[in-house]
Amino acid sequence: MTGQTVSGNMKRRYLKQHLFFGAVRLSAIILTLALGGILFYILANGIQVISWEFLTAPPTDSMTKGGIMPAILGTLYLTIGAITVALPLGVVAAIYLTEYAKQGKIVRAIRVGVNCLAGVPSVVFGLFGLGFFVVFLKFGSSILAGALTLGILILPTIIGAAEEALKGVPQTFREASLALGVSKWLTIWKIVLPNALPGILTGSILGIGRAAGETAPIMFTAAAFFTAKLPGSIFDEVMALPYHVYVLATAGTHIEETRPIQYGTVLVLVVLVLGIDLIAIVIRSYMRRNKRW
Amino acid sequence: MTRHQKEIIIKNVFFILSLVSILILGLIVVFLFREGLPLFREVSLRDFIFGMEWYPTYSPPSYGIWPLIVGSLIVTILSSLIAVPLGVLAAVYISEIAPPAIKEVLKAIIELLAGLPSVVLGFFGMVIIAPWLQETFDLPTGLNIVNASVILAIMAVPTISSISEDALYAVPNEFKEASYALGATKFETITRIIIPSALSGISTAVILGMARAIGETMVVLMVAGGAAALPESIFDSVRPMPASIAAEMGEAPFRSGHYHALFATGIVLFLMTLAFNLIADYISQKFKEVGSATL
Repeated sequence: MTGQTVSGNMKRRYLKQHLFFGAVRLSAIILTLALGGILFYILANGIQVISWEFLTAPPTDSMTKGGIMPAILGTLYLTIGAITVALPLGVVAAIYLTEYAKQGKIVRAIRVGVNCLAGVPSVVFGLFGLGFFVVFLKFGSSILAGALTLGILILPTIIGAAEEALKGVPQTFREASLALGVSKWLTIWKIVLPNALPGILTGSILGIGRAAGETAPIMFTAAAFFTAKLPGSIFDEVMALPYHVYVLATAGTHIEETRPIQYGTVLVLVVLVLGIDLIAIVIRSYMRRNKRW
Repeated sequence: MTRHQKEIIIKNVFFILSLVSILILGLIVVFLFREGLPLFREVSLRDFIFGMEWYPTYSPPSYGIWPLIVGSLIVTILSSLIAVPLGVLAAVYISEIAPPAIKEVLKAIIELLAGLPSVVLGFFGMVIIAPWLQETFDLPTGLNIVNASVILAIMAVPTISSISEDALYAVPNEFKEASYALGATKFETITRIIIPSALSGISTAVILGMARAIGETMVVLMVAGGAAALPESIFDSVRPMPASIAAEMGEAPFRSGHYHALFATGIVLFLMTLAFNLIADYISQKFKEVGSATL
């Protein structure tokens, strides 16, 4: 083989590499543009609608004017309810899986169960919520039924994040505590959990973001097209931001007329959800940089 | 109560609470069947699955969901054709090529993309992509298979890329070093060593991404157009299963045939995604990467 064909061969190999790297970079650029494009578009169209009145007034004139305060409040109630259900259950399950369980059939079954639950389509959660909470347990279409449905929807997210956080606590911490004669439970409570807390927190924040943005699970379990009054108890229906967007954009006779309100509601929803996610991302990257072990 | 007894009680309570996920999964099955099975007193399973006509409100009604199933499958397959290359390439970029700063930013971008509420993406498809498609291709409506697939792809990419990235990241460094030592270029190392080693993880990612797309509701509800007929081109409207359930449940009279039919559709959808998840789980268990110790 002469030197020339060798270098020609090398050139060809590097050309392929350049093409591949180009494709790889292009995919990253496409994703960035997709997110940037969507956000820019929503911001550009939504910002002019946002005012103090829009955020604090109820809708008027059969929802063609006025604000979206009841929907913001409804989303808040549903989300708080969901996390109240999912956080304790999720953390306890994660503690059992990482700290107590011996690897075996049962743990494997629990893990498969969690994975499958994570894969259940959101509309099926809605059907389940309707069949179980609304009809069988007779909660009716209510904050309670919606919050419980959203709670089980985000349960796998919380379990996964909490497990990850608990596994991140070094084994030596537990050993040091146990060697001092501290019981297993006290070790978990006083040593493992406090060290895993930031990670658990990040996971729950992401869960909150997910719950706030979901539409299909609350369609048949909690959300109302319009409520004249603010909810008085957890057995009342509520308006919610995602459902409000859906209803205004697809139903009724005022679709074009209410376009500005739709943009405004979408903007509020996006700022709320991505704001929550961004907080989680920042906390996490801060934690990684300042890791003490 | 001794300390030992207390420990045992705590352990058992935690064990029982950790079964909640399985319990819920069981309850989902029970209640879907409880509300869905009564349909089959009216219609045979065969006529339900393979029936070509979905006219639940006609009299007499016909409950054939084949067009709905086909609609679901088409948007899922088409969106995977977009999302798989995009997601896997992005994962390769993040795990193998990007400088640390870009890597962090890109990971955040993908996470935010995953965080976008589905109703927002559906809205975007309705007000931006639909009019554009309609004008550019001179169509009767921009709410069609292509539109739904593009938006679903945006939703599936984060799932595919983050799971693929984990798989690529888990490939032992020794593999790469051995490849470089033989004189392979970075491209050759990535395509012939790293990606094949991570293939089971990447397959899992693709399957979970598809499961995400087939179960996604708001997007297909808002942008797929809603026609419950077999499509003839990719610019036709379809009515995937989740869209049908979400759109009609509000109007279906309580425990009517229509109501039961929607729950039965939910059963089909649930079983499909369950199968996807179990396959993904099986692959990731069977071909678990065990690192350089197996060399």
